[in-house]
Parts: sequence; structure tokens; C-alpha cells
Amino acid sequence: MSRILILFAHPAFEKSRVHSQLLATIHGMQGVTVHDLYETYPDLNIDVRQEQGLLLQHDIILFQHPFYWYSAPAIIKQWQDLVLEHGWAYGRSGTALRGKRITNVISAGTKEEAYQADGWHQYPLADFLLPFRQTATLCNMQYLDPFVVYGTHQMDNTAISEHAISYKQFLENLRDR
Amino acid sequence: MEHSYFFITMIYLAAAVVFIPIAKKLGLGSVLGYLLAGVVIGPSLMGFIGSEGQDLMHFAEFGVVMMLFLIGIELEPALLWNLRAPILGLGGLQVLLTTAAVAGLALLLGQPLNAALALGMILSLSSTAIVLQSLKEKGQLSSAAGQSAFSVLLFQDIAVIPMLAVFPLLAGSSQGSDHSESSLRDNLPAWGQTLVVLGAVVVIVVAGRYLLRPLLRIIAATRVRELFTAFSLLLVVSISVLMSLVGLSPALGAFLGGVVLANSEYRHELESDIEPFKGLLLGLFFMAVGASIDFRLILSMPWVILGLVVGLMALKALILLGLGKIFKISIEQNLLFAMALSQVGEFAFVLLSFSNQNNILPQATVSILTAVVAISMALTPLLLLAYEKLVQPRFSVQSPDNTREADEIQEKHPIIIAGFGRFGNIVGRFLRVNGVKATILDLDSDRVDALHNLGVKVYYGDAARRDMLESAGAADAKVIIVAMDTVEQTLEVVRVVRKHFPHLQMLVKAENIPDTFELMDLGVLHIYRETLDTSLRMGADALQMLGIRAYHAYRNAGTFRKQDEKAMKGLSAIRDDKKLYINTVKERIEELEKLMSGERTTRFNPSGLGWDEQSLIDEARQEEE
Repeated sequence: MSRILILFAHPAFEKSRVHSQLLATIHGMQGVTVHDLYETYPDLNIDVRQEQGLLLQHDIILFQHPFYWYSAPAIIKQWQDLVLEHGWAYGRSGTALRGKRITNVISAGTKEEAYQADGWHQYPLADFLLPFRQTATLCNMQYLDPFVVYGTHQMDNTAISEHAISYKQFLENLRDR
Repeated sequence: MEHSYFFITMIYLAAAVVFIPIAKKLGLGSVLGYLLAGVVIGPSLMGFIGSEGQDLMHFAEFGVVMMLFLIGIELEPALLWNLRAPILGLGGLQVLLTTAAVAGLALLLGQPLNAALALGMILSLSSTAIVLQSLKEKGQLSSAAGQSAFSVLLFQDIAVIPMLAVFPLLAGSSQGSDHSESSLRDNLPAWGQTLVVLGAVVVIVVAGRYLLRPLLRIIAATRVRELFTAFSLLLVVSISVLMSLVGLSPALGAFLGGVVLANSEYRHELESDIEPFKGLLLGLFFMAVGASIDFRLILSMPWVILGLVVGLMALKALILLGLGKIFKISIEQNLLFAMALSQVGEFAFVLLSFSNQNNILPQATVSILTAVVAISMALTPLLLLAYEKLVQPRFSVQSPDNTREADEIQEKHPIIIAGFGRFGNIVGRFLRVNGVKATILDLDSDRVDALHNLGVKVYYGDAARRDMLESAGAADAKVIIVAMDTVEQTLEVVRVVRKHFPHLQMLVKAENIPDTFELMDLGVLHIYRETLDTSLRMGADALQMLGIRAYHAYRNAGTFRKQDEKAMKGLSAIRDDKKLYINTVKERIEELEKLMSGERTTRFNPSGLGWDEQSLIDEARQEEE
């Protein structure tokens, strides 16, 4: 059984429809730690040692966040900049994360069709995740396929809860496989 | 009519309370105010007080003793040592030359030699009380002129001792030494007298060094406030008694005692305890001088007295000008120096009556001279006023008026922290862990002691004093953090920094909103209300406990702080209009509420949509249809 760490980042969680459901559904799952970054570090002053300790205690790391400007909310970048230290996460002696798996759990406003060569965004969503993929590679980690909820802008609550259930299954698969 | 003790007290206090504010309002200074008050209540005008004037003056002279104690306590021994050349050179020459010139003139006018010499000595002295008080009030004490005047006055105080010794000799064999004040050394041979005098000085220095500090500590530990005051007074009085006993000037002894205590950590407590007594007694003294001016005598021979006053002051001023030139004082400062010291001092009253008793001078001469001396003293504040209004503006391109060397100080840092209480303490610790050392000044001796024990270097001193800031390196520092315990102290420091060290960036702690307004009026840009940030942090935590997201609370606290500080600037302008102020405050609160809830307002910058997707969602849904 793998231990899963969810690094959750939503700057306006109080307004969230999708992520509040996702988190509510997976609440209390065994082997899953939800770490709410904006709630823990409202001043973005991230405790690096604490975060590194958390990483060491888990096998799978998930960045869970809304898709803002083809990327994650600011605190994820802040977290990466500070926590993934040279000599710890990467570099000659940076092997702390070796063998761990990582990916993103994303909610995107527009539908999947918009993420195509002839769509609104012109590229598939996975292309925009290139920095995450390469970061994982540099840190000796394996980048998994992301879990994406598309089209949230037009999604009703029943559809959201269906996605929440499949998110739970996604986590169970990761955990138990 | 025999007035009761209380009645006379009432008259004096009432006169002070009525005249000083008027004099201040008219820009005349308090010394002139007291003198005028004395004239008005004196025998010549209203006659409330009369015969007791002379006795009173002797009593009030104790104010001069206290003043010198205070001057001594504010003066570091190192500085005194630096002044040795002007004290001996400038002071010595002034007394010698003036004595010679006056005596020469008196001889020419047909006075016998002994009388001429006595006159020379009496009239060579200047008034410590009036000069120092006036210069201090005008903030000129640390200027070149102020320091020179101080040096001369100090020498004169010393010179009084040999003068008192010489006077009986001038009286000739017939009179011997029948002066009333008997002192210990009267019956001793010359070497014995010297020993006694030296012994007294040694007693003051040694006691001040080793005995007083533990004593002060014990007394401070009782925490009975008035006991400290009593001890401070006892200290000055005993020095005076000791000095009189060995025949030295009490003022000189008090000055010495002050200098010995200048380095003690209790100096500020001593200062603040003695200050009010000094002020009142000096005021009493000035009033007594005013009351002692005999207008009937003046009116009976106005031209003689006027001529004497003008001639004498001109003569003294000319000699001082010449000396100032030799000692390379700039012309503008030299004029101030000469005008300040051109009067005859209070000690002349003592010496005049003394010489009358010794039959050196006849009663008529003494009466006329007493009037002349009093008038010259009364004219001094007017002269200084004239200097300030007429002479100084011509030299408006003033070079820094400081010839004084900076105090010996062990360290200079780019940051000065003024006030190391709860607030400054945290700032200092934060800077320190960031590797930024600060020069720290604090006014609370207990705190300074406690911090010393913790190994924190804190200097005991008043940051509102220019010389203190100077020795703390204010000229080279970049930033000053003003975190004094009281608003008054804070404003004082801000004013001094603005005036003398305008290059310093000031970060100022304010306690509340009125303070903030006052600091804004003084042009302070960086004002920190001590409770603002903490209160908002607390508020944000409270919101969080109610289930509001930490990041939202954090951002809103930041927005609130910013808007509040911005609103403060607008409110500062209308604070005097109570009604408008209250209405505006209400308006701002409503606007802030709207802002926090995400509505757009006109007053404040909107904080943005804040990750609100509603418009995006609406747009997406419209396209769908």
C-alpha cells in the first residue's frame, strides 16, 4: 500500500464548487494525507523542513489545484522553489525523492475539446504540464498521468459528484496497486 | 503691613503664573518674564513685597546652585577636560582684563585704589543664572558662543573664591576680616587651608564615585518616589553646606558633584527630580532681582545710572569681543557671546554689600551700583532677544554652530534605536538576528541595567538631546527608529532629528490615532501604530476560528491595514471638525465593509475579483446557448 500526499492549493477555496466536493468525497481515506497549502501558509512563508519531512513519509505526491493560466496557483510555484532544494531533491547528491511518483489533479474551466490543436487553447492540457513533468524527472521521480476534471464552468453538482467518485477510485488505484 | 508667609507665597506664584505665559507669548523668554513680574510686585510699583526681597534673594540663590548641579550632571568629564583651554584662557583673560579696565576707569574718575580694585572685580563678573537660562531656552547652550560663555562663567565662579579672600585685604588693616560667614579654614595656616579645600573636593569626587551609587540603588529600591526626590535635594544641599564650610562657592561644588555623577545611570532621575526645584528657585531669584530695582533712586539720577549701565555693558562687551576674536569665534557667534556676558552678575550683590561692610565702598556708591547691576541683568534677555531678531538673521547662512568635539563613543552603526522598551526591544532583536547592529539609547536606568546583565549594549541617554544623538553617530547613520515610552518623548526626538539630522530616515512608533496625526503634522512618513498589526493578526485568527480560510483572512487583514493607513491621511486634515470627522469615519467604515465583501467602491482601490469565476462561468454558459 502506497502512501499518498495531496498538496492542495486553492486561493479561494471558499468559492470552490469542484474541489470542495472532491475533498469532501476523499475525506478520511486511509493512506491519504491532504495538506492544504494556502490554509497552512497564508503568508506564503513555507516551512521547508516540514514539507520535506512530509514528502519523505509518502510515496505518491499529488498537486491538487484549479488550472490557472495553464498552470497552478502561485503557492505551488513557491512550494517548488523552496522545498525542492538542490542537493536534496535534485543534483548529484539530491536523491531524497528517488523512486517516488508524482502528478497533478486539476480542475479546468473549459471542456476537453478546447484543449486541442484547433481548440480555444490550441494545445492538449498535458502539454502545459511540461514543467511539472520535467521537474519530476529532474528530481528522480516518475510523472504519472494527471487526473483532470474538464468543463467545470458548465458543470452541475451531480456531474461534479460523479467526478468526485472517480477521483476516489483514482486514489484507491494508486494507493493499492 | 506685615504680610503672612502664605500671602507672599501666593503673590510670587501668582506673578509667575501670570507673567511667564505673557512673556513667552510675546517671545521674551521666561527670564525677562520673571524680572518683569518682580518689578511689578516689587516696592517700586505695587509694593506687595518689600523688605524681604534681599533675604529672599539669598534663599533663591540656591536655585543657581541647583542649576550648576544640573549643568554638571549633563556634562561629561571628558567634555569638561576638552573645555579646559577656554575656561582658563578665555575665562581668565576676561576676568583679568575687565577688572583692570574697570579699575583703571574708576581710578580716573577719582576713586581710591582699593575701591577701584574692588569695583573692577565686582563688575567683571557676569550672571550665570540669567545667561545660562536664557541661552538654554534659545537652544544656544551647545553653540560656540554658548560653550564659550559657559567656560567664562565657570571660571568666574572659581574666581569668586580668591576675590572673597582679597576683599578684607583691600579694606586695609583697620577692618581685618570681620565678614560674617565663618568657615573652617579661617584659623588655619595657608597650607592647611589648601589642604581643607582639596580635601573637600576629594570628598565630593570619591563619595560621588563610590558611595552614591550603592546609596542611590538602595533608595531607588524602596520605590518610594518622594524619597528619591528628598535624597536628590539632600545631595545638593549637603554639597553646598560642605562647600560653604570650607569657604568655597556652593555653586562650584554643586557643579563638581554634578560632573562626578554625569556618568551614573541615575543621572536622569536626579535631573528630573531637581529640575522643578531649580526652575522655581531661579524664578524666585529673578523676581527678587526685579523687585530690588530701586526706581526712586533711578529717577533721581537717571542719566548717571543710564550712562553707567550703557558704559559698563559696552566696556564688558568690547573686551569679550576682543577675546572672542583671539579665540577664533566666528563673528556671529562672537556677537552673541559678547552680548550674553555683558551684564554684571548676581554675585555682585553679595560682593557689594560685603565691600560696604568692609568700608571699601560708601553706601551711596553701593546703592547706585546695585541699581546698575540689576538693570544690566534685566537688559540681558532683551539684548539676546535683539540679537535673535536683528543680528542673527543677517548671518542666516549659518555654518553648523558646533565647535564641540563629539563624545567618545565605542560604536557607530547605521541604525539608531531611540527607546528600548517593549516595542524597540523587538525591533532591536529582529535587527540583531539579521546581523544588523544598532546603537541603542534608552532612558530607563533599571531597564538599561537589566539589559546590561543580559549582555545587551544599551546606552543610557536621552535621544531628544542633540549631543546624545551626535555621539550615537547620527551624523553618519542612515535610519533612526523612534520607539520612546511616551508620546511627548517621541515628538521631542522627532523634532530634534528633523532639525539637526534631516538625512536620517525616521521610523516612528505611534501609540494611537491622535499621535499619528501629530506625527503626520511633523512630516513623518513612516508611522507605525503599535497596536495595528497585532490587532489585525488577532482578528484574522478569530476569523479563521470561525471557519474562514486563512489566506482570505490574511489578505483581508492586509487590505484593511493598507486602507486604514490611507484613510488616516485623509482624516488627519479634517480632524479638527468633530462632526465632519465622525461622519467621514462612518463613511469609511461602510466603504471598507463593501470593499471586503467584494463590492466596488469609489474611495478605495478594489482588491480585484479575487479568483472569482462567476463572470467566466456566465460567459461560458451564454456561449453554450
